[in-house]
Amino acid sequence: MAYSEKVIDHYQNPRNIGTLNKESKMVGTGLVGAPECGDVMRLQIEVDDATGIIKDAKFKTFGCGSAIASSSLATEWLKGKTIEAAMEIDNMDIVEELALPPVKIHCSVLAEDAIKMAINDYRVKQGLAPIEDNKKHY
Amino acid sequence: MNFPIYLDNNSTTPMDPRVLDAMLPYFNEKFGNAASRNHSFGWNAEEAVDYAREQVGRLIGCTSKEIIFTSGATEANNLAIKGVFEMYGSQGNHMITVSTEHKATLDACKKVEKMGGEVTYLSPNEDGLINLSDLESAITDKTILITIMYGNNEIGVIQDIKAISAIAKKNGILFHTDATQTVGKIPVDVIADGIDLMSFTAHKMYGPKGVGALYVRRKNPRVKVTSQMDGGGHERGMRSGTLNVPGIVGFGKACEIAQNEMDGEAVRLSAMRDRLEKELLTIEEAYVNGNVQHRLPHVANISFKFVEGEGLMMGTKDIAVSSGSACTSASLEPSYVLKSLGLDDELAHSSLRFGLGRFTTDEEIDFAIDHVKTAVNKLRDMSPLWEMFKEGIDLKTIEWAEH
Repeated sequence: MAYSEKVIDHYQNPRNIGTLNKESKMVGTGLVGAPECGDVMRLQIEVDDATGIIKDAKFKTFGCGSAIASSSLATEWLKGKTIEAAMEIDNMDIVEELALPPVKIHCSVLAEDAIKMAINDYRVKQGLAPIEDNKKHY
Repeated sequence: MNFPIYLDNNSTTPMDPRVLDAMLPYFNEKFGNAASRNHSFGWNAEEAVDYAREQVGRLIGCTSKEIIFTSGATEANNLAIKGVFEMYGSQGNHMITVSTEHKATLDACKKVEKMGGEVTYLSPNEDGLINLSDLESAITDKTILITIMYGNNEIGVIQDIKAISAIAKKNGILFHTDATQTVGKIPVDVIADGIDLMSFTAHKMYGPKGVGALYVRRKNPRVKVTSQMDGGGHERGMRSGTLNVPGIVGFGKACEIAQNEMDGEAVRLSAMRDRLEKELLTIEEAYVNGNVQHRLPHVANISFKFVEGEGLMMGTKDIAVSSGSACTSASLEPSYVLKSLGLDDELAHSSLRFGLGRFTTDEEIDFAIDHVKTAVNKLRDMSPLWEMFKEGIDLKTIEWAEH
């Protein structure tokens, strides 16, 4: 399988690997995928109390190069965004940016799901209702 | 060192330069058809084939008349299995094999089932060896063939061939073995091992691709197989088709070199393999697949828990190895051989098969050790599963948000 240069770059130099304190009220965590499917993605955001802007994002991913690249790219995009803007990140933007082939689109879907799950985890901690996601991926 | 480093010698081997030298004249100068009886071109070709037949026979302890040249081991397996089914159909329709065989054997057995035969597929133990008692209890009065490979291509495990052939003989059943990975690597003697039919090929022992052989025993008992290729009646009527003279010459030379150098080579390769394996097993949660006492000298198959197979292949791109996950375009299918040993999908996916060869150097093994360690550590640093494992979380207790 030929990977795009951007996928290889993210695989070789992943951005923002790490772990944020999942107990913090300002941190939202999303964990998606399953080991037997070959992909598990954990994405975390930390929101600035004063501005409501995502000031940090970290990931850890068990998966192929495309899954690692999708989550690495997602953390880059999340930083500096408001929650509302982060909700707008679409998996097809990731597909386009990384030039993912059709068989790897599910990696981008996982990343989008992880973003939304992290945001909702944060919202619930803040006493807000989770945002329903009506988007059909398949 | 040239990159990527080739450690996939179970897939194929580079040709030994001595083999190439032996073959070259037979492409243009001595191009005759070995079946041409009327002129020197044909006689020269026939003489070269006869000589090669002796070289091949000598390596496995049989006479040259017992060698049927084929296009490779896949054809030899097909000829043995389907050929026995057709030839001995009147005596019974049942065959016994093992679930960890090569596809060439399994698919030929499937064909036999389609043609009205019955096949029992034995499951090996966790270490890849079969239970001899399972074999004995699978035998019926309709059983005409037991086909069990000598050394496994994925894990290198060597079955107890002498014991298996003794069981076959005791029950009056023919015994075929796919020795593709074994001949030329360790001593194989069809008489001492009690083998009736044996498939093997040149390109796994530093010979050319496209040529292999089926050994067909001529005495005690005299075995015959029905040809699967009709035509001019070459190879004692069992395999028609103009002989691949340069390929056969190369096959013969490869056998001769193997016979002379096999013992020293096995010692050298197993020392390198053991060093590679010992070093890689210093990685936490790394496991060898298959029995390590009964194993080909040049093979190691290791699983690394909590890293994903495709990511691992991407991280080890400077070495050419095989992965337990056959990454086809659409789906990730874990190796059926590893699954037969009882490995779960995760461990099967994250395995690497190392196949060392005649041209592998210590320096290359040093590099491979570092390269794999670096890749596994890097992927684990990125792996949420590894982090959870380190925190003592049992991954089986987590409810995964599956897709």
